[in-house]
Order: sequence, then structure tokens, then C-alpha cells
Amino acid sequence: MTATTAATRTPERAVAPAGRRRLADREGTLAWLFLMPSVVYIIALVAVPFVLAVGFALSDVTAGNPSFNFVGLRNFRRIFDDPVFWRALGNTFIFTGISMVLIVVLGKVLANILVADFKGKWVVRFLVLLPWTTPVTLSSIAWLWMLDSIFSPIDWLLRQMGLLGKPGALFGSASNMYWLGEPGLAMASVIAVHVWRLTPLAAVIVMAGLVAIPRDLEEAARVDGAGYWRRMFEVTIPLTLPVIAVAALFGAIFTFTDMAVVDVLTNGGPNNATQVLTSWAFFRGIDGGDVGQGAAVALFLFPLLLAAAIAILRAVRRMEVR
Amino acid sequence: MAVVEVRQLVKEFDGGRVRAIDGVDLATGEGEYLVLLGPSGCGKTTLLRTIAGLEEPTAGDVLIDGHVVTGLPPRARKIAMVFQSYALYPHKTVFANIVFPLRAARMDRAERERKAAWAAELLGIKHLLARKPRQLSGGERQRVALARALVREPHVFLLDEPLSNLDAKLRTSARDELKRFQQEVSTTTVYVTHDQVEAMGLGDRIAVLSDGKVRQVGPPVEVYDDPADTFVATFIGSPPMNLVNRDDRLVGFRPEHLLPADALPNGADREKVPLAVDRIEYLSGDRHVYGTVTGIGEATRVVARLPATVTSPISAGETYDFAVARDRLRFFAVDTGERTEAVRL
Repeated sequence: MTATTAATRTPERAVAPAGRRRLADREGTLAWLFLMPSVVYIIALVAVPFVLAVGFALSDVTAGNPSFNFVGLRNFRRIFDDPVFWRALGNTFIFTGISMVLIVVLGKVLANILVADFKGKWVVRFLVLLPWTTPVTLSSIAWLWMLDSIFSPIDWLLRQMGLLGKPGALFGSASNMYWLGEPGLAMASVIAVHVWRLTPLAAVIVMAGLVAIPRDLEEAARVDGAGYWRRMFEVTIPLTLPVIAVAALFGAIFTFTDMAVVDVLTNGGPNNATQVLTSWAFFRGIDGGDVGQGAAVALFLFPLLLAAAIAILRAVRRMEVR
Repeated sequence: MAVVEVRQLVKEFDGGRVRAIDGVDLATGEGEYLVLLGPSGCGKTTLLRTIAGLEEPTAGDVLIDGHVVTGLPPRARKIAMVFQSYALYPHKTVFANIVFPLRAARMDRAERERKAAWAAELLGIKHLLARKPRQLSGGERQRVALARALVREPHVFLLDEPLSNLDAKLRTSARDELKRFQQEVSTTTVYVTHDQVEAMGLGDRIAVLSDGKVRQVGPPVEVYDDPADTFVATFIGSPPMNLVNRDDRLVGFRPEHLLPADALPNGADREKVPLAVDRIEYLSGDRHVYGTVTGIGEATRVVARLPATVTSPISAGETYDFAVARDRLRFFAVDTGERTEAVRL
């Protein structure tokens, strides 16, 4: 036993145990102690790369020539002249917007299933959460097979149902849909995968909100004669609006910042039809070696994300009723 | 015709492991104020929720206005319920809360506003219509909840411990308001409480429940003076009825009927009992005298409640001659606890 421990055990200490402040009593010190790891983490992995990105965006650094020369806004002028950048920017908004709406709507539906009490609910809950627990790249590869141009099981199913591969069939007489080969279908596919993988997260968030609603309110609405839809739109949704907004925010940010789905599924193709800011920054900066331009494209995400986060958080505060 | 009636109602939870309501038969009269009284977990709230349609009974039937409504959802039952928490919609104004049931019933706007104004007037909450529930006091919330229940003009009000969230002082005035309100609208009301003061003060009749069974139904006076069994005798009354073991009987008498012998008229038919006093409490004018009686049966610790008008000097540590008027004695069987006929002491 060390000397210090022995000293604290002396009879005098036992008589007046409150005489000395322990570390656990010093909340100011503790606060810093507990905050430090995350502060270090944020500085090292967020702040430093961010400053680097700003620096690179204003330089002519390339993979081949890493020497830093200040070039002002030349990188930005060049990406603005590039139609692919505008396409990527538009796609980012389209993908994010559509997925966000679908994620929130389906998330609310799934949340209702998650809170419902029925036989076999554990199996259903497990299945519902599965897409979220799967690594993005892994699930994207699974989807890559699902959407394969020749062996797609979805196409097979459509053919079996007579909706594809026959003259006059709903989806055309070709034997395959070529999900990732047609620009429109490729975009729909990317959105579908985003929705598929983020809906469980939204469902869990919304579920937390649903569980927090006092049961009395739901029952009062039932006694007051409100049917299912009126209860949903006039009681449940207004009361869970703040959490729904949080789910929307998460859905939007995860879609906005993700490049794995596009990278694995379409690689930005066909013909840049599914290019998004993240993938375009990666192709430009890393694959293409033009670090300066890549950084300039990537920086575009920042003000947009910041604005989205502020807008939604402000909306949440305004909507908070409790 | 009874407005609300339950027949052989049974409600089990957890697949029959818990029997919350155990074969209850009960009916209210037209415009009656029926109070369901019992300790926590006696099944009174479950019974109310079953009448409301929020719980489906395991067996038995619920009738409203003579129609079996057992399988019907709450909205089809012509009932209105006030919850313990009041369950006001926090995101809606008081006005929107009150008209919510009317909108659910697809009533047109002018009619809704007329009804809301009428209910708000009746309950004195006109000045609160634009507020949100969180800006209201407990008493105001109760009135909003009542207004919301009232606008539907239900055939039955179901009230689930509406006073338990109020502080003691407010509770008395809110109780008075509730009673006057019900007399004004004269709608049949089923009221759940665990508070005997509320039950005695509000009820036209009281149904005392315990372990999912109705022990006794009757007007407050009857339930108090002629309890059907020892549960009712000891649950109602504060302090509760004294029970003294005598052979196979329990002899019961209310604390206020155990008085110093000289306080009872001399010629009265009375049972004299010696009381060894060990403690005296002085409570709002009354003296509560704790002591041990002998002479009726086994020596038993009892309480006597002496009204302020009885001034006989009494001090702890002494034994005094007390007496109970014979017609105030009640007898119960030791084994079942049920009321039996009087026996000669």
C-alpha cells in the first residue's frame, strides 16, 4: 500500500472525512479532464484537415508536385467552369432531398412497427435494424449484385411477374433493366440504397420520440373520438416533430457526406450522371491527383452542411413545445 | 334504465396471471355520481378504462344506454374521460384542446365555436382560451380537461383521480367545483379515487373495491355506517372502525361512538367498556384517545374520537369508563370478515 493511501486512512481523516476535496469533487477540473480526449480528437481529425483543405484549395498542390504555391481562387474558377461540378452539386441536393423525405417517412412508419406490441416483434426489430448495422461498403457491394446488369435478382423477379422482357411488358421488352447503366435508374438506385441504409437510424430516433409521448395523450385522443390518422397528424407527429427533425438532419448529413454508395455502385457513372460532391472531390483530388481542385470541391460541402445544421436546429428549438 | 352497466366483468393481465377485475356487476342510475373507491391496485382504474374502451375485458359485458358496447372503440361509446394527468395536448391552445373532440366529430366551425364558448363560460376559462396548457395552473388545467369532456355532450363522464395532481388546499375547492359542475350538467359520472374524503363528499353512491371485487355499493352514509365487511369497515373512516375479537365474531364500532360513559345519556342502551388510555392526540378540535379496551372481547388497542363538545378530563396512563351505544355496534364473522347479525354481549 502506498504512503498516500495510508495517510488518508489515519483516524483524524476518519473523523473529518469531508476535510479534503478529492478529484471527484472538483467539477471544474473534471470537466476539462473529460473534455480533453474529444477536444484533441476534434482538433486532430477535424480542425487540422479543415485548415489543410482551405490551404490546398488556394494552392496548386498536386500529387505529383506537392510544393505549395498560392494561386488565389484559381481552383474555384476552374471547378465553376466544369459542368461535372455543377452536375455533382445538383445531384448532391437531389439525392439528399429525396432521400431525406423518404428516410423520414419510412422511418416514422418503421418506428410505429418498432413500438408496436405483437408476436415475433424481436425478429422484426432485428431485421429492421440490420441495414444500419451493416458497413456501408459491404451493403453497397450487396446492392451492386442486386442491381447487376445481367444477373440482377430484381430483374429476375420482374421477368417472373411478367413485367419485364416481354413485348408490351410494363418495364419494357428488354431482358434487363440495366439499373446502374441508365442515368435515371442509376440515380434512383443510389437514392434507394441511401434510404435503405439510413431508414433504420431514423426509425430508432423517431421511436425514442414516440416512446416519450405520455400514453394518456394517445388515449385521450382515442376517447375524444379521433381516428388513427387524426391521432397521428394532430397528436403524435406534432409531439415528435423535434425528434423527426433530428432524424431528418441525420439522414441529410449522412447522405450529403457519403461517397461509399456512389463509389461502389456506379463510380459516378454512367457518364457522371450520379456524381456527387464527395465522389467528385475524391476523383479530382485523389484519383486525378489535383489536390487543390479536390480540396476546393470538398470545401463546398462545408457551408452547405453548416447552413443545413443551423437551419434544422433552429427549427427544432422553435418547434419545441414541451 | 342504467346509463352504464357492467355485467360479470373480468379483466386479466399477463395471460391470466393477474386478475385486475374479478367478476364485477355494477350499474349507475340516470344522472348519478358513482364513485369507485379502493386502495391502489384494487382494479378501479382498470374498471374505468374498460368502461371507456381503452381496455378490452377478458369476459363479461359493458353496456352504455342499454347497448352492449364491449367490442366498440372508445369513440363510439358516447363517453368522455378526464385523466389523472388531464392529458391536455401540450402543442394546442386551450381553445384547440376544447374543440378537438368536435373536430373529430366533423362538426362545422360555427357550431364548434359556439360549443367551446359555452363550455368555457360554464367553467370560467374564457380568458384562458388562447393559452397553451403549460401556462396554466393545476386547477385551470382541470377545468380545461372538463371543458374538453363537456363539449361532446357525452352520456357519461369518466373521471380518473382528477384531483390527485392538485395540492391539498386546491383540492378542496376543486372538489367543490366538480360537484357543482356535475349538478349543473347532471350527466352520469363515474369517478375513480383512492381518497375516501373525495368519495364521501362527491358520490351519490360509492362502490368500494378490493382485489378486483366490489365489496359494497351504497350511499356514503350506508357504506360508512353499515359496512358490508371488515375491509370496508377499516378502509373507510379516519381513524378506521375499531374491531375487537370475541369468540367467532369481530365486534366493530367507529371511534366517534366510543365515548366516556358520562358523555352518553344515562338511560341509553349502552355497552360499558373500560379503556386504559395510553396516548392522546389533539386534532382540529377533536381528541383522539388511544388505549386498550377490555370487556367486549379480547383486550384490543382501539381509538376513540372525542368531539370538542365532550369535555371530560382524560389523561394518559389512567383507565376510564367508556361506553358504546348498542345500536352502534357492528358484528363480523372472524373467518370471512363478512357482516353478521348482532349477538348479545
